[in-house]
Amino acid sequence: MYEVTCDVAIIGGGPAGLSAAVAAKKEGAEKVLIIERDKNIGGILQQCIHPGFGLSYFKQELTGPEYAGRFGEEALKLGVEVLRDSMVLEIDPGNQMIVCVSSENGMTKVTADSIVLAMGCREKTRANIRIPGTRPAGIYTAGAAQRLVNRQNIMVGKNVVILGSGDIGMIMARRMSLEGAKVLAVIEIMDFLAGLTRNKVQCLDDFGIPLKLSHTITGIVGNERVEGVYVAQVDENKKPRKETEEFIACDTLLLSVGLLPENELTRKAQISISDVTNGPDVNQYMQTSIPSVFACGNVVHVNDLVDNVTVESMQAGKHAARYAMDKISDNPKEIQCVTGNNVRYLCPQRLRLDDQGKVKLFFRVLAPEADVRLQAKSNGRIIAVKKERLVNPGEMCSIQIPVGELDSDVVVEVIKEAVF
Amino acid sequence: MLKTDVVVIGAGAVGCAIARELSKYQVQVIVVDKNDDIGGDASKSNSAIIHTGYDAAPGTLESELVVAANPMFSQLVKELDIPFEEIGAILPAITQEQFDQLPAIKEKAFKNRVYDIEYLTKEEILAMEPNINPEVKAGLYIPRESIIDPFIYVQALAENANENGVDFLLNTKVTGIQVENQKIKGVETTGGTIETKYVINAAALYCDEIAAMVGKNEYKVVARRGEFFILDKNTSCQVKHIVLPIPTKVTKGKLMCPTIHGNMLVGPTAEDLEDKTDKSVTAAGLESIIADVKRLVPNVNVRDTITQYSGLRPNRNPEGLHVDVYDDVAGYVNLSGVRSTGLTLSVSMGVYIAQLLMKCGLNLVYKEDFKNTRQGINIFHQMTAGEQEAIIRENPRYGNIICRCETITEGEILDAIRRPLGARSMDAVKRRVRAGMGRCQSGFCGPKVLEILAEELSIPVEQINKNIGGSYMVSGKMK
Repeated sequence: MYEVTCDVAIIGGGPAGLSAAVAAKKEGAEKVLIIERDKNIGGILQQCIHPGFGLSYFKQELTGPEYAGRFGEEALKLGVEVLRDSMVLEIDPGNQMIVCVSSENGMTKVTADSIVLAMGCREKTRANIRIPGTRPAGIYTAGAAQRLVNRQNIMVGKNVVILGSGDIGMIMARRMSLEGAKVLAVIEIMDFLAGLTRNKVQCLDDFGIPLKLSHTITGIVGNERVEGVYVAQVDENKKPRKETEEFIACDTLLLSVGLLPENELTRKAQISISDVTNGPDVNQYMQTSIPSVFACGNVVHVNDLVDNVTVESMQAGKHAARYAMDKISDNPKEIQCVTGNNVRYLCPQRLRLDDQGKVKLFFRVLAPEADVRLQAKSNGRIIAVKKERLVNPGEMCSIQIPVGELDSDVVVEVIKEAVF
Repeated sequence: MLKTDVVVIGAGAVGCAIARELSKYQVQVIVVDKNDDIGGDASKSNSAIIHTGYDAAPGTLESELVVAANPMFSQLVKELDIPFEEIGAILPAITQEQFDQLPAIKEKAFKNRVYDIEYLTKEEILAMEPNINPEVKAGLYIPRESIIDPFIYVQALAENANENGVDFLLNTKVTGIQVENQKIKGVETTGGTIETKYVINAAALYCDEIAAMVGKNEYKVVARRGEFFILDKNTSCQVKHIVLPIPTKVTKGKLMCPTIHGNMLVGPTAEDLEDKTDKSVTAAGLESIIADVKRLVPNVNVRDTITQYSGLRPNRNPEGLHVDVYDDVAGYVNLSGVRSTGLTLSVSMGVYIAQLLMKCGLNLVYKEDFKNTRQGINIFHQMTAGEQEAIIRENPRYGNIICRCETITEGEILDAIRRPLGARSMDAVKRRVRAGMGRCQSGFCGPKVLEILAEELSIPVEQINKNIGGSYMVSGKMK
C-alpha cells in the first residue's frame, strides 16, 4: 500500500480545506497535505463562475474560481501538497490514519498528527422533501445542473421551474436564462426567501423571473421527461391549498431545497455530530469531539458566504497545526454555547476556557425579525450586544464575545428592540 | 426473417427465468421486450422478497410454484452470483385481533407445506427486533423468507441465458401474433417478424393485450400500484428481519425490512389503477405508509428517506395465477396473474414451462455444454484491501470512485456497460452497480455517469436516456 506521512492532513481541497491549509502552513506545520477527490483544487467554487465572492474577506468582488484561486495559489506557494483524484474511504483517528484511493496511487494510507475535515456538503434531493408524482428525467438538484452547465458545457433543459429559493437555485435561474432557457418560476414554500436578498435582486428581479413565496410543488408530471409541475399555495401549516393548484408546463425541474453537511466519514469515525447542524460539534479551535480532528466549512454547518468559511477554516488550520506541534493541551475546561430566543444553532457549540482571545460566534435565526438586538449572556450578565435592522434564516448572523473571564455557559438570543 | 423455436414475450423475472431454463436445452429461444433494458417493469419495483409461500391460497398453482421455488434459490444464487440472504420474517401481533389470527396463519402455512413456521413470545420478538412496537403480544417466525437484489437476479438469469445462446431483442414491441391452422406461426414485432412454433406470453402488465392478439379475452390486467420508501443505510431505527404486518379489517398493513444492500424498505400501498403506466408516488400513499409502519415499528424515521418509488403489480381480473394453453392456438402459452409472488415463483415457473412445452410437443434435449454459472461484476467496496490493491494495479479505473455514496468505481461502471446485455441508460447502470442508488441520488455521480455512457456508447450526451425512450437526460452540448 502506498503510504504518506504528514503533520496535518486535510480532507477536501475546496475553500475550507485550502484556507485551513494556508493557515496551518503559516502557523508552522511542516508537511500539510490536502486529499482532494477531484482532479483540481477549488471544490464546488470551480463551478461557481458568477461574481459575488470575497466582498467581506477581500473587500472585492470575485468569481468562485478567482476566490478559490487566491487560496489555491497561496497554498501551493507555501508548499502545501495535494493528493488529487483521491477519495477518502475511511478516517481512523485512533491510529492517526486516513485511507484513500486513486487510480494513480491505488490504495493509500495517510498518517497525520492532526486531521482537518473539510468535505463540504451535498444537496437535498427530491426524496428528502417527498415531492409526489412520477419520476421522469429532467429533475436535477441545482448544484448538479450547475456542474453540468459550467464545467461540462452541457445544457440540462429549456423550460425550467426551480423549487426552493436557496442561493444556488437563484444563481442557476440567472445562469439558465443567460444560456437561453426560459425560467418560468422560482417556488418557495416558506413566506420568506431562503437565500440572500442580493441574489433575488440580481438573479430573479433583473431577469423578470417570478418568485412565488408560500407555494410548493404538489406533483410532477411526465413518464419519460418532465412535462410539467403542479404548483399550489400553502396554508400556515405548509399544507397545499388544493383550490390554488395550477399547472406549469416545463421540461426541467431544479431543486434548491437545502444542503446537508457530508459527514459519512465523520460518523464512521464516531465523532460527535450535532442534530441541528448535522455537522460535528466544535469549539472555537474548530476542534471536534476527538481532539486530533478539526473541522471547517460546510461540513460543520452550511454557510451562505464563503468569506465566513474562510475565517472559520483559518482557525481550524491554525489549531490543527498547533495540535500537530503539541501546542494544545488535551481535555481543557469547556463551556457550552446555548441557543436562546430565535436562535436555531450556534457555531462553535463549545468554548475552551484556556484561550483568552475573542471569539466570533456564528449563528442562524429561526424566523425573520426586524429591528433586533443580538446579545450574548453568561451568568445572567450581558457580555456582548449588537444591533441589526433585519435578521433572517437565510443569512448567517455573528456576534463577537470575549472568552477571558467566563466560567459558565454563554446564551445567545435575539431580542426585539422597542421602536420609537 | 428471424427464425427460432420459442419466443418469450417479456424480459422480466419470469420471462428471463423461462429463457434461462430453456437455454439448458437444444432449442433456439428469442426474448422480446419493449423496454431498452432487461428487468421489465414489475420486476424492478417490488419488495425484493423471496417468499416461502406460507400465506398462499393452499392447493393453487401459485402455492405450488412459490413453495417449490423457495428452496431452489440457495443453489441458484451461488451459480449466478446474486446477492441474497435468508434473513427470515417476523409477524408481530400488536392487537388482540391480530393475535387471534395467529393459529389460522400457522394452519395455512402448514397446508402450504411450510412446516418451519414457529411461534415467538413477546420477549423473543423484542430480543430479535428491539425496534418492534413494545405492545406486541406474540408473533410468528418464518425463517426461510429471504431478501434478494431483484435487479441483479433478472440480469443474472438473462446474462446466463444469453451466454447459453438465447437472443434478446430489446426496444422491440410485439405488434401481432400469426396463427395458421390453429397453430402459432410467428410473432410480429417493431423489429420485424420472427418465425416460431411456440410463444410464451410473459408480458405481465400487458399480458391481456398480447392474449387479445390470439383472440383470447378471458381476463383483464389491472395495475395495482404499490408505493415504497427506501431509507438511508445509516437511519437510526433499523430492523434485521422482514417485519410483516398481520392484516386487520381496517388495513392490510405495510412491511419493513432491510434491503440486501443495507437500506431499510417500507411499504407498499395497494391501489388499483386504470392507467398501466402511472408509477407516480402520491402524498396520500406516502402518508399511509408512515402511519401503518409506525404501528409495527414506532421509531421508524421517514425523514431518512432517500427515495420513494412505486411499482405496478399486474393484477388479474378475475384473480389468480394462471398458465393456459389452448387447442385452437397450439404452441401458445399464456401466463397471467403473476403478482407479488412473481419474483419468487419465476424460477419454478421456468421449470414448469419447460415441462409444459415438452407436453406440447417441443423436443427438449439437454445441452451437454450448458454453462450453469455466471460471474457478476466485481464489487470494489466488498473486496479485501489486498484485492483492491490488485484490481487497481490491473486496471487503474478501479481506483477512480465515481459514486461516493455507494463507493462505486469507474471500473465497475465500465463493466456494467461492456458486459453482454450491458447498460444503455442511467437507470440501467444504477440497477447493475448501484451508482446513483445512494443518499445523494446521483447528484454527485450523475453528471459523470452521463459522460461515461456517452463516451462508451459513442453517442452524444443528449441521446443518453434516464431509462425508457424519450427520457433524455440533457438537451445537449452548449455552443
